[in-house]
Amino acid sequence: MDQFSIFVPRLVTTKEYFAPGHRACIGCGEALAVRHVCKALGKDVIIANATGCMEIVSSALPTTTWRVPWIHSLFENTSAVASGIESGLKVLRRRGKIPDKKITVVAMGGDGATCDIGLQSLSGALERGHNFIYFCFDNEAYMNTGIQRSSATPYGATTSTSPAGKKGIGQITGKKNMPAIAAAHGIPYVATACPSYPFDLFDKVKRAQAVEGPAYIHVFSVCPTGWRSAPELSVKMGRLAVETGVFPLYEIVNGQYRLSMDISPLRPVIEYTKVQGRFRHLTPDLMEQMQVRVIKTYEELKKKASG
Amino acid sequence: MSRRVGMEASFAIAEAVKLAEAEVVAAYPITPQTHIVERLSEMVADGEIDAEFICVESEHSAMSACVGSSAVGARTFTATAGQGLELMHEVLFVASSSRLPIVMAVANRALSGPLNVWGDQSDVMAARDCGWIQYFAENAQESFDLTLCAFKIAEDPQVLFPVMLNIDGFFVSHVVEPLYLLEKEELEGFIPPYQYPFPLDPRRPVTMGAFAPPVLCTETRKALEVALQGTRETILRVWKEFGDRFGRSYKPIETYRTEDADTILVGIGCYTETASVAIDTMRARGEKVVMVHLRLWRPFPFPEIRAALQGAQKVLVFDRCIILGGPGGPLCSEIKSALYGEEKKPKIFNFIGGLGGRDITPRQFEDMIARGREILDSKVTVEYETIGVRE
Repeated sequence: MDQFSIFVPRLVTTKEYFAPGHRACIGCGEALAVRHVCKALGKDVIIANATGCMEIVSSALPTTTWRVPWIHSLFENTSAVASGIESGLKVLRRRGKIPDKKITVVAMGGDGATCDIGLQSLSGALERGHNFIYFCFDNEAYMNTGIQRSSATPYGATTSTSPAGKKGIGQITGKKNMPAIAAAHGIPYVATACPSYPFDLFDKVKRAQAVEGPAYIHVFSVCPTGWRSAPELSVKMGRLAVETGVFPLYEIVNGQYRLSMDISPLRPVIEYTKVQGRFRHLTPDLMEQMQVRVIKTYEELKKKASG
Repeated sequence: MSRRVGMEASFAIAEAVKLAEAEVVAAYPITPQTHIVERLSEMVADGEIDAEFICVESEHSAMSACVGSSAVGARTFTATAGQGLELMHEVLFVASSSRLPIVMAVANRALSGPLNVWGDQSDVMAARDCGWIQYFAENAQESFDLTLCAFKIAEDPQVLFPVMLNIDGFFVSHVVEPLYLLEKEELEGFIPPYQYPFPLDPRRPVTMGAFAPPVLCTETRKALEVALQGTRETILRVWKEFGDRFGRSYKPIETYRTEDADTILVGIGCYTETASVAIDTMRARGEKVVMVHLRLWRPFPFPEIRAALQGAQKVLVFDRCIILGGPGGPLCSEIKSALYGEEKKPKIFNFIGGLGGRDITPRQFEDMIARGREILDSKVTVEYETIGVRE
């Protein structure tokens, strides 16, 4: 983070690989994240994209937002498609049919595509050790189909299939720990990131790119439409998520946890939740429960990072 | 020169894939296909073929990995059967609509439930509308020849469609038969190097798999259908070229003893070879019976079928699959639709049998033909009859 002291525009390429003119909602944190990720990846890349918001906003025939090779096929198979791409490139390179030059193979999907429907194909690709980076752009529900809960939806959030009501409190389960699941495959690099911290995100993408073997980056993606928040707050909300400990930034390098920034003291979770409609129904009691959960998870993470 | 060997059809397919120098094989084990990819993985392990073998975690991922490798321009092969083909189902449509020339062997198998690993054609028939070129091989020699042809057809710049080679599970896949293998030198030039015209390549970025809004979807589907129908010419040309070079030619439909027929038995797959034995016996008795079997299933050979059947008085169609809740067997349904608009059309009756690996003997085929003629001479009251069923 010491790079913040340098004149910032010089550090970031002006080249856009995720071109303007796409149809994402105003204030979309995911579009911002994808744009940053693409800048960090550079042009020598092939991207396999799962069905979801990012595919829909970027690819309506006959237009495209992508200035890098990009393929979409289905919802749950993007890691398998990336496996094929990586293997294909390997053999073509070996047989001298394409230049002997590194091409970064990328698979990306939302939290539904990653944590739910595509978990099997992701697990398979991580286990087989393909040299690729998987990006989960986590906006914490199925936003593209109308804000249904996923296994990455946080405790207490109201969605269209986990609605808060007279009896229901919204989502009753906690967020699936996807980075830990990815790390359990024994892969060399896992990280969490957030586009509100672009240089941290750039660094992590570069590290993932340099690693031989699978890498997994879980990117927090604020969704004003689904979270019922003001579009102009998206970057700030990403910071609040990190500063409250709701979404800590860390890396797991060869199994070793490392906090990207240690926030001390954490800001109260309510500063993050009060600017979002999806938590508006929570009673002080439930808010307290959420605060306890966040601190507990953060302390556990810190313990892993110090071990 | 050609070597005459005794070989299982599954291994013959693997030999053809090796000769075609496939670059990526992505597969998941499923009976009765497994021997094909086991043999290929041995070939990779022994360095007989310079390919990447991806041991995926499901058939869904097998076909998805094939989509990826084919999209970067690697020659791609996979094999599956039964439930595996159904698990691939949605990816099959993506492979064809993305115009990716993947070659897949399917060892046809029954579909659950009940679970049954043995052969029938329920799997391919459930996947018939997926936009692939689909044809059938009836023995080990055909399996070998038609696998080689599959790569040439699929990758032809005028085609660019995936090809599904069907063989009957166990009855073909696991049977050791004599066949002629071609040597590498003999094959020289038959399958040109694979040049996908617009691969995923950072030097020339392309977007694949964009979604189509309502204003464009009809046009893309129609274009796909026109293109698939348009593959006929190339399929016929490749089969003819194979025949000219190697002496074994293949046609969309094959006919057996067509002279002066009044009854034609129509089938698809290896049971037609058994039926031919019955035809011989019946013709020796002076009965005017002939056999027509389809090799090409998609695009459906309408002109050939019309030409072969419209002169007959009676047509009996044998299916190894039931369309549940529908008109009986899928082949018969197709034959009827091909002939309905013809001025002079035969009477048609459908038999279904051989499900889940049930054997059918030449004698049963004789009985079936006799029974079919009888039915067509009287009043037809049912859509089909099931051979040998215990009710």
